[in-house]
Amino acid sequence: MNPQKNNIWMFLASVKLALSILFLLAAASIIGTILPQGEAAGVYRDFYTTSFGLSGSSADILTKITFQLDLDAMYQSWWFRGLLLLLSLNLIVCSIERLPDVWRLVVLDNLATPLDRITNMRTRRQYTTNLGVKESCEAVSAKLQTRGWQTSRRDRDGGTLLFAQKAPWSRLGVYVVHISILTIFTGALIGSIWGQKGAVNIPETLTTDKIYQFGPGTPIDLGFTVKCNWFHLTKYPNGAPKKYESELVILENDEEILTKTIAVNDPLTYKGWTFYQSSYQSHQKFIISVANSDTQVEERFLAPPKQAVRWQQENLLFGIQELIPTAIPGNYKYKLLLSDGKGGQKIHILPDNEQLTINQEDGSSYTFHVKEFYSTGLQVAKDPGVWIVYLGCGLMLIGLWVAFFVFHKRLWILVSREQDTTHIFLGGTTNKNKAGFETEFNTLSDSVADINQIEAQ
Amino acid sequence: MDSSSLLSLSTFGYLAATGAYLAAFLFKSKKAGLAGTTLTALTFLLQTFALGLRWYESYQLGAGHAPLTNMYESLVFFSWAIASFYLILEYKFKNRSLGAFAMPFAFLAMAFASSGWVDQNINPLIPALQSNWLIAHVVTCFIGYAAFAVACGIAVMYLLKDKAPKSTGLLAALPDLKVIDDIIHKSMVYGFLWLSAGIITGAIWANSAWGTYWSWDPKETWSLITWFFYAAILHARFTRGWHGTRIAWLAIGGFLCVVFTYYGVNYLLSGLHSYGGS
Repeated sequence: MNPQKNNIWMFLASVKLALSILFLLAAASIIGTILPQGEAAGVYRDFYTTSFGLSGSSADILTKITFQLDLDAMYQSWWFRGLLLLLSLNLIVCSIERLPDVWRLVVLDNLATPLDRITNMRTRRQYTTNLGVKESCEAVSAKLQTRGWQTSRRDRDGGTLLFAQKAPWSRLGVYVVHISILTIFTGALIGSIWGQKGAVNIPETLTTDKIYQFGPGTPIDLGFTVKCNWFHLTKYPNGAPKKYESELVILENDEEILTKTIAVNDPLTYKGWTFYQSSYQSHQKFIISVANSDTQVEERFLAPPKQAVRWQQENLLFGIQELIPTAIPGNYKYKLLLSDGKGGQKIHILPDNEQLTINQEDGSSYTFHVKEFYSTGLQVAKDPGVWIVYLGCGLMLIGLWVAFFVFHKRLWILVSREQDTTHIFLGGTTNKNKAGFETEFNTLSDSVADINQIEAQ
Repeated sequence: MDSSSLLSLSTFGYLAATGAYLAAFLFKSKKAGLAGTTLTALTFLLQTFALGLRWYESYQLGAGHAPLTNMYESLVFFSWAIASFYLILEYKFKNRSLGAFAMPFAFLAMAFASSGWVDQNINPLIPALQSNWLIAHVVTCFIGYAAFAVACGIAVMYLLKDKAPKSTGLLAALPDLKVIDDIIHKSMVYGFLWLSAGIITGAIWANSAWGTYWSWDPKETWSLITWFFYAAILHARFTRGWHGTRIAWLAIGGFLCVVFTYYGVNYLLSGLHSYGGS
């Protein structure tokens, strides 16, 4: 590597760059939350004059700058995406740069640690015993084993070395977090390339095989048909919306494939497309369903209030004469006017979305059902990257947990014989949470001192 | 007694606890310190019960939902999370002087909730809020916020001790600067993990409600700004060895970000989280 390339590489690997990018992203995001997004020039001009009290000419200049720097669509702008790209590069290069050293620590042969390094450790204890070296090693190993520390052993110049460690892999936690961010970015990129988002309104009982892209409104073919059987709006007693529900049917070649009642937070997914309940539209019309109770013949009619409807076949004339308000604001009962076609007329009160069977004087009987005619408003999305984003999110939480709360703890025990005494030397290190480790080390050492004939020095 | 009066009572409970901890700190009174812990623990139990009661009451009113759905309920939970986080800290570090700096936040959150500026009614949930992700999202976010609040309080403690001349007897009772620095750091690390979980649960919820896990809504963006801020602090500490006064000031700055994300966004910027303002 030539020195100059080396400089660029080191710059890309540096924490200074990471900190600068985080700072710039934060600063840019602040601007993005203050400045309205996706508006026309006039809106920005007004924003600068009213919110900042600027004169017309300075507001004009600022508006021009706003558009030149794409501040009106900041999160989609080339430079904001550039910052995210630079952050990705930074994460990749920094990981490539540091990972080999960390990996070496993970797989390190700790039985080869220089003995003087062990005896100089900050966290250490010393014991003596009359037991032989081999017996001491076995006793200490057994003791540590009961506390969950698995020891390995090697004879060294100057004694026998025992070693035990916990979670060496936890050193990789930080890199799992870095990879998780890259994974999330990858998922987001896949979504922005192959994903599609739009909306569609389907009037009750009707179908669509297209949705309309957000923004430009370009139609997108779904490749199948969606039908809305019905839409229901339920309200709380105070009139606030309680539930929006639509029964959707997926049709392929006029064949019903799938039926599901969707609600807000409970969408329907088919062939990668997900249909979300998002809104509804009222048409000031009502669906009147009438069924002849004897013959079971049924017909549906669409009519605004105060309009007479004729069911030719059954010689029936009816209409909604009036909407009667109920205790719930915005909910109505219906005053249904029914004439038998022979001059007779009767008024019936029908609750919303409920059936009422009306017996006529001539012995015929009809069941009426009235509800408001709505279009269901759906948001429709296809995002093949979303599972990768979720994978990244999961990795991030695991990575953060490991990086912050799992520690690499190492324990060396050097057993040596000098004259007639066996010396047992314990030393330990950890990469995080030194105070917590100290306590654990003391407990472990105390348990070693519990072994018969071993005495603390 | 209904949950509102119990919650008002807990406001006074935390005020008394704060007072006791301050007295313990100012007059070096062990008894006052014990009173502080007792008051905090009792108020915490009372508040836990009141939250449960409010949950039950919401079902009585036909609006059944966890008490985590508006500004009032989130403030109550915020204060509850601060108290629980503080009690764990006090138990772990065996030092009551932390209380004088951490518990004011639990009191202030409750005081603001009860101030009359905030609607205390139990309201039925609009369709967008009817999701199991609601509980996961609010709980994770506010545990994070609570840890950041405590980190901020302890940072003030650090700066006080750092600025004062060594001889001052009052501040000698405080833990060593090194220990305080460690507590600030650990609180921020803990908060960062929960904030990350909060942002993630929010994204998953948004995706199940609208089909978009991220839409640069002001609240989302500010939570990310806060995340960037703490991520930067943690990197500065881990790799560049920042500590002490600098980290203490940053812990205070970070909490200002949290306050803006939590409160400022609702009032100064508009967006998807508008229901959080009522």
